[in-house]
Amino acid sequence: MIKFPVPGKFRQRRETSLIVLIALLLVIVTIRSPGFVSGKNIQRIVNDTSILVMVSIGQFFVILAGGIDLSVGSIIGFSGMAASMLNESNPALPAIFVLLAGVSIGMLLGAVNGFVVAFGKVPPIIVTLGSMSIFRGLTFVLSKGQWVTAHEMTESYMQLPHGNFLGVSNLIWWGVAVSVILYYFSNYTRSGRQVFALGGNRTAAKFVGINERKITMMIFTISGLVSGLAGVMWTARYAAAVNETATGFELQTVAACVIGGVSIAGGSGAVPGVILGALFIGIINNALPVVNLSPFYQLLIQGTIVLFAMLINTVSEKRREKKLLEERLA
Amino acid sequence: MMSETRNEAKDRSGKNLVSAARLINENGYKERMITIFTQWEVILGFLLLLVFLFFMNITPYFLDGFNLLNTTFTFTEKAIMALPMMFIIMSGDIDISVASIIALCSFAMGYASSMGADTVTLVLVGLAVGLAAGLFNGFFITKVGMPSIAVTLATQSIFRGIPQAILGDRAYTKYPASFAYFGQGYVGSGSLIPFSLVFFLVLAAVMGFVLHKTRYGRKVYAIGNAKEAARFCGVKVNRIRFINFALMGLFSGIAAVLLTSRIGSTRPNIALGYDMEVITLVVLGGVSIAGGKGNLFGVLMAVFLVGYLKYGMGLVNLSAKAMIITTGTLLIVAVLLPGFLNTAKAWRKLRQQQRAHPDAANS
Repeated sequence: MIKFPVPGKFRQRRETSLIVLIALLLVIVTIRSPGFVSGKNIQRIVNDTSILVMVSIGQFFVILAGGIDLSVGSIIGFSGMAASMLNESNPALPAIFVLLAGVSIGMLLGAVNGFVVAFGKVPPIIVTLGSMSIFRGLTFVLSKGQWVTAHEMTESYMQLPHGNFLGVSNLIWWGVAVSVILYYFSNYTRSGRQVFALGGNRTAAKFVGINERKITMMIFTISGLVSGLAGVMWTARYAAAVNETATGFELQTVAACVIGGVSIAGGSGAVPGVILGALFIGIINNALPVVNLSPFYQLLIQGTIVLFAMLINTVSEKRREKKLLEERLA
Repeated sequence: MMSETRNEAKDRSGKNLVSAARLINENGYKERMITIFTQWEVILGFLLLLVFLFFMNITPYFLDGFNLLNTTFTFTEKAIMALPMMFIIMSGDIDISVASIIALCSFAMGYASSMGADTVTLVLVGLAVGLAAGLFNGFFITKVGMPSIAVTLATQSIFRGIPQAILGDRAYTKYPASFAYFGQGYVGSGSLIPFSLVFFLVLAAVMGFVLHKTRYGRKVYAIGNAKEAARFCGVKVNRIRFINFALMGLFSGIAAVLLTSRIGSTRPNIALGYDMEVITLVVLGGVSIAGGKGNLFGVLMAVFLVGYLKYGMGLVNLSAKAMIITTGTLLIVAVLLPGFLNTAKAWRKLRQQQRAHPDAANS
């Protein structure tokens, strides 16, 4: 009898170790600054990280299928700018329609990526590397280099993330909603499981009848959708739509996935891990000023963490494979 | 249109290994023309010609020897990085940390210069740091066995993170006067030929020789075509990939020397976005991202095509953003087009076969 390692168990290990790591991090920062772990500050950190959580889960699906989406930052920039300009030119339009427009634009851009990857048979890294520049350039073309600032936005638009519900900011609710829906999607729907199958073994997945093109289109569209939502939230939250919004954000989303235990080769990972990975990054970003490190250190620290997380992933994957092989031989 | 004798000869020598229905005349004048003109390098050549004709017509300043030579200053750094990138992509890897390697090298040189180092030391520092960065990438990719995209994504932040953490919003601007020669100088006195262009052409010749005329180059092709098969044939796959990444680091160091010398200052955001442009040059040059295909000539054509396209766009006052959109689009089109061409050719062949042997096609 061949024993396969229970994926759930392995996953749990990564998530428990992340929780321990986050707790450890909080303890260290609290020693430096006792006020860091107050209810209010924690809520502030979660609020800060909600956008990262959403986009990282979108990125998670793309990585899960063995790809990568480098264009998420540019999609955030473009859809945020488009939504803000719509809001500026039509102040009477209810904010929810502006939101829908922003989300649709993000979806459309994601679908374009997906279309080229699925039907052009081009590696995702190349397509999204190109579309990263194209979408960013289009943002400048759309805005003619201008910004949309706070006094040009309507109050209801800015209330999208800023409002409160049960004492928790809307932005956190948006993050929770996206997490719950996409968690359900990844674990309990046929299409969600097919993404795992495709990333685990593409050839086998195709042989059992999984529609590769459909799934590829779908995951890039999801990634675009959450990026579109994030674009609206980002511009409304900071009450400014600039052309450089979310430049370099793609790295943070990939980092969240990798820290959360998602294999960059595809096929393994889970939404809860990604959420914890994103929170880990959020806590570090918020802790930097507390421990008197300039924000200029952010890039270096993030890169180092990503490298280490990937190192751990690779080594543990190899160990798992070896164990599996030994069990089979025995 | 059909030449019967040729088909019969094929039948005799082939001993009916190929069904008669699949034999079509591929020797005709038209067929040969199609084969030649769908060659990637020829297409690139036509595009380059088109760029020249187009911009010559709309601006009188385009076709000017001084301008044409001087504008090479703006793209030789990327062109130099495209050379080892060709090796990396051809063997199925990718390196998206090259722009950050430039930032790290430039920072190291700026630091050394602020300590009072002379020009020779500066160049050595730049090259050494570049090589070290390349070795760092190569180590994690080949010894630890992590995917190249993952490693270079992380080092993209690390290599740029170091100068950003230390420099912050400051910049190094003090370099020795003689250091300016590499990125601004001309070959010989009074000539119009930039040093960096000549240097690039020399490097291109060397790398072209390595790729097309040495065992090392053949092995790179072999790895790109079938990594496992190459390994079973005794090619030390990981050693060659390791050397590729080391070369990439070294050449990024060279590019850093030229760029720092040209602009005379070092900021943490130096060379931002170069990764995409370098990869575009290589892919546009006909190097297959799946590995195993491409040659130096195509990449050279792509270098000058993109370089002069941007120069022309600059002359007619198109913004930097328009150029970024253009390079992004070129990248995607360049990877899409070969697939479309192949599909179109296969369709054409099938139609011809059906036309030549309607019976066989129906049976």
